[in-house]
Amino acid sequence: MSAGRESVEDIEIQVLLEALYQRYHYDFRNYARASIKRRLLQAKEQLDFASISAMQDSLLHDRAMLPRLLNYLTVQVSEMFRDPSYFRALRTKVLPHLRTYPSLKVWVAGCSHGEELYSLAILFREEGLDARTVFYATDINPDALNAAEAGVYSTEQIRKFTENHQKSGARTSLSDYYVADYGRAIFDKSLRNRVVFSDHSLVTDAVFGEMHLISCRNVLIYFDRPLQDRAIGLFRDSLARKGFLGLGSKESLRFSSHADAFSDFAPEEKIFQRRTA
Amino acid sequence: MIGGRIRAVAIGASAGAVEALLQILPSLAADFPVPILVVVHVPPDRSNALVPLLQAKCQIKVKEAEDKEPTHPGVVYFAPADYHLLVENDGSLSLSSDEPVNYSRPSIDVLFESAADAFAPALTAVVLTGANEDGARGLKAVMDLGGDGVVEDPAGAYAQAMPAAALGACPSARSMNLDSIAHYLQSLEAA
Repeated sequence: MSAGRESVEDIEIQVLLEALYQRYHYDFRNYARASIKRRLLQAKEQLDFASISAMQDSLLHDRAMLPRLLNYLTVQVSEMFRDPSYFRALRTKVLPHLRTYPSLKVWVAGCSHGEELYSLAILFREEGLDARTVFYATDINPDALNAAEAGVYSTEQIRKFTENHQKSGARTSLSDYYVADYGRAIFDKSLRNRVVFSDHSLVTDAVFGEMHLISCRNVLIYFDRPLQDRAIGLFRDSLARKGFLGLGSKESLRFSSHADAFSDFAPEEKIFQRRTA
Repeated sequence: MIGGRIRAVAIGASAGAVEALLQILPSLAADFPVPILVVVHVPPDRSNALVPLLQAKCQIKVKEAEDKEPTHPGVVYFAPADYHLLVENDGSLSLSSDEPVNYSRPSIDVLFESAADAFAPALTAVVLTGANEDGARGLKAVMDLGGDGVVEDPAGAYAQAMPAAALGACPSARSMNLDSIAHYLQSLEAA
């Protein structure tokens, strides 16, 4: 931020994010500030605080405020098979490579409510790779991880999910994987037999395994450039040689100091491959 | 800020956007003194066909906004389909996948409110034709911080609801037809 542009609200936000880090070790200080500001102002309004400072006071003294605020700061809406062409590229271009490995590790980084995780689990089952794959689904928000583990979505969303799934080159029907119950679609728990749900931060945590595919879509856009670079470095160090990294359709490695560690594999779908060297 | 010096122009348009933008952007010189940020409501699964269409007809450079991109004078930045476009305080751009605002992603309010924080009062915000009310709240944020508000005259607009809502929220915004908006923008100077 350039000097002199900070409003009182900007200062309050700076102080709240510092408090959140000092008190609870959640580090949003290098998130892109414009989105964080929108979310904090929304939290202030909906949680009925007079100011961001008042919200910060409550956050420091009342631990129950932490999950409430995290749900504003982290949760993003998504869809199963969002951008079907991405999943089609995984199916037709990436999985033929992954098929050559006897066992596979896949990391869904920033899994939020699990839409991308279930999409991948269904894709891998359709392509006969599920039995040899372990999925790691990570997020910093415990509520989001619980929701991902539950695998329950509103039936209103299912029509869009189904349409996306079909466009991804589906070999089965999405309805094979859930039961509908009072306006909810409950996904088959066998889809998460081989899923490890875990708290992990791209901001503060380290490598935890050697992955063959990392899918991290529309997470990096919330970071500033240096933090994006940290996360991409973490992905580089987490990938097996020739492993794959899938990003969101408007995310890029172009400005990263780690760009040389990757080659363009399916550039139109933002799928990159770890170089061997 | 009437006839004043600015650091950026922000434009929002919905139904009828293409025709309206074709009356404005091609009239601007290649060395337009500030960046122009544009949100047009387009269906989420549509790749942005507007950018090549307008680039072919404009002297000013037209591109799709990229995440964390710095902004430059003489360039028009379009929000990509299915992403919000926001301005950071240093004038660079961010994209977000947050929930739709006014049923829209990208949303004009999201652009205008963040652009107000980054640039106002040295900001001209323009609400064009549209059949919803996106942009009204954002224009108010711009004008509350002393920025300059311009609204397409609803009487001549392809769709009246959006400019009418903007004028409802901001009665002191200047209402003019597309030709006058084009001339007005040509007269702006960099802060």
